[in-house]
Amino acid sequence: MSLRERLAASTIWPMLWKEFIQMRRDRLTLGMMLGIPAVQLAMFGYAIQTEVRHLPTVVLDESRSSESLALVDQLRNTGNFDIVGYVPDRKALDEEIRAGRAMAGVVIPPTFLTDLRRGRTAQAQVIVDAADPLASSAAMSGAAQAGAARSTAILAQTTGRGPPLEVRVRPWYNPGLRSAVYIVPGIIGVLLSVTMILITSMSIVKEREKGTLEQLIVTPIDKTSLMLGKLVPFVLVGYVQMTVILLLGRLLFDVPIRGSLALLYLLTFAFIVASLGMGLFISTVVRSQAQAMQMGFFFLLPNILLSGFMFPREAMPVAAQWLGLVLPLTHFLKVLRGIILKGVGVSELWTQTLVLVALSTLFIVLSVRRFSKRIE
Amino acid sequence: MTDDAAIHAEGLRKTFGELVAVDGLDLTVHRGEVFGLLGPNGSGKTTTIRMLTGLMAPGGGWATVDGVNVTTSPEQVRRRIGYMSQRFGLYDDLTVEENIRFYASVYGLRGRRRADRISELVAELGFGERLRQMAGTLSGGWKQRLALACATAHRPRVLFLDEPTAGVDPAARRQFWDLIYDFARQGITIMVTTHYMDEAERCHRLAFLSRGHLIAVGTAQEVRDQFRQPSIEDVFIELQRRDEGVVV
Ligand SMILES: Nc1ncnc2c1ncn2[C@@H]1O[C@H](COP(=O)(O)OP(=O)(O)OP(=O)(O)O)[C@@H](O)[C@H]1O
Ligand SMILES: [Mg+2]
Repeated sequence: MSLRERLAASTIWPMLWKEFIQMRRDRLTLGMMLGIPAVQLAMFGYAIQTEVRHLPTVVLDESRSSESLALVDQLRNTGNFDIVGYVPDRKALDEEIRAGRAMAGVVIPPTFLTDLRRGRTAQAQVIVDAADPLASSAAMSGAAQAGAARSTAILAQTTGRGPPLEVRVRPWYNPGLRSAVYIVPGIIGVLLSVTMILITSMSIVKEREKGTLEQLIVTPIDKTSLMLGKLVPFVLVGYVQMTVILLLGRLLFDVPIRGSLALLYLLTFAFIVASLGMGLFISTVVRSQAQAMQMGFFFLLPNILLSGFMFPREAMPVAAQWLGLVLPLTHFLKVLRGIILKGVGVSELWTQTLVLVALSTLFIVLSVRRFSKRIE
Repeated sequence: MTDDAAIHAEGLRKTFGELVAVDGLDLTVHRGEVFGLLGPNGSGKTTTIRMLTGLMAPGGGWATVDGVNVTTSPEQVRRRIGYMSQRFGLYDDLTVEENIRFYASVYGLRGRRRADRISELVAELGFGERLRQMAGTLSGGWKQRLALACATAHRPRVLFLDEPTAGVDPAARRQFWDLIYDFARQGITIMVTTHYMDEAERCHRLAFLSRGHLIAVGTAQEVRDQFRQPSIEDVFIELQRRDEGVVV
């Protein structure tokens, strides 16, 4: 038989034909696979964009001077404080915070103006409801920022010269310091992991659970066709998901793609294959969809926690860093952030490329060897 | 000789942990026979068929199907056999036609040959207007017919049917057995399990399994005589009674 005839006779074609018909008819799963990227992106993106938090703030101004007004203005200008009202005394201020009507309180003592005039350090206090750590850190940084800005301005007024020292931080790659930009590439990685590991293993195990696998494996269908037929459709799903996120990231959060899109799609393939290997592996171990789900999460959690998606890897204990190295997502995140945010090329990414190819080979070989055309 | 046997097993054995599901099974099924495998629930019928079809590796012994060793050449065996599992194993979310087409393709049929075979099966089994119905919405009798169509898409030499008529109404059962005889007339060997004694009487030869042991083989007449019972049903009940006697 010629190669062409052999290819035409391969059992991969009926397998793919069936999988695509079933995928098309399973509207719920299809909707989830395509809808989830959009929802996740919007959630993460907007949630993290509100770093400038508008904390409802009450003011106890006992100084009632132009200087105290200027400080309150400065605080408001940081964007972290929304002044919702003035209170007459400390008791009222505490009550506002305790009742949850305010999350921060600004106390400016009566001596504020006189201290300033006499060249003493004037004190003001910002009280924060620290039950929400993100809110309190926003308040603290806002307060420090406003305090420094006012000090500089007053110094400049009184001495007639500018600040003696100024340190400017210029964030590269992400000049607006917008986390959405940083998080979008991460979401691509995490979402692809979920699809490839969880949904794929569940789809294979579903055939076992429903008894259709038993009927299928008594046929001469070869192992490769069976596995490829199950996996290939998800490769396409993965690429569609990635494209959706890149497009939405662009439209909603102005996430740029600085590097080569072709390189990104190419390296993504290695990552997808590695993750599919894990999904396939799970399907050879578990017996039911529920078990596949549990084990899938068992694989996904370290991917999310240790890969650098949520927390910077540099801040992790050494053991966790090492563990992170065997996770495909760790390396894929570097590829994603590198290409999307920094515009780096293949020369900077060849370590990641090699590791991804090695990991995908390892996972695929392991699971293919475990996958057998038997039931028991 | 094993060569002219459609199915031949010697010392076939399977254990699940402590449980011995099939124990030292010796069996020969001749070509063109409709061979019935009987026995109470859990006696090892399905396990035997799964070993003969290459779905499970035997824990001991060996078997040939159509002259091919099941353990050493399972893929070659798979080309020669058709199998209907005890549980409906087709795709609920594919139509009748799509299921048949899928199995015909998996068995290597393409183009004209596949189209011809599909229309042949559809005509033989009388699917007609049900062709575009989702398999999951078929009634029990039609599901079993569809499974039979898929299992025979490639004209197998040996057909394994595991309780093909469980939960099927009497008229549909009668029709199903007519189909089985049609296949037998075409020279296909059939091994079938059943809990219906009228069906058992219709088999050319029978085997009784009890706790994984083969305890009787022969024509319905021979088995009745061996146990001095008026009917196969009485043989079954007698065997069950003895079986329980063993436990006590
Ligand atoms: N995969 C398995 N794991 C563990 N035990 C099993 C497995 N398959 C079958 N068994 C056990 O082996 C024994 C034989 O089961 P088998 O399914 O072959 O019986 P059967 O004769 O087909 O019964 P039924 O008439 O109910 O279909 C039973 O006790 C069953 O519980
Ligand atoms: Mg059974």
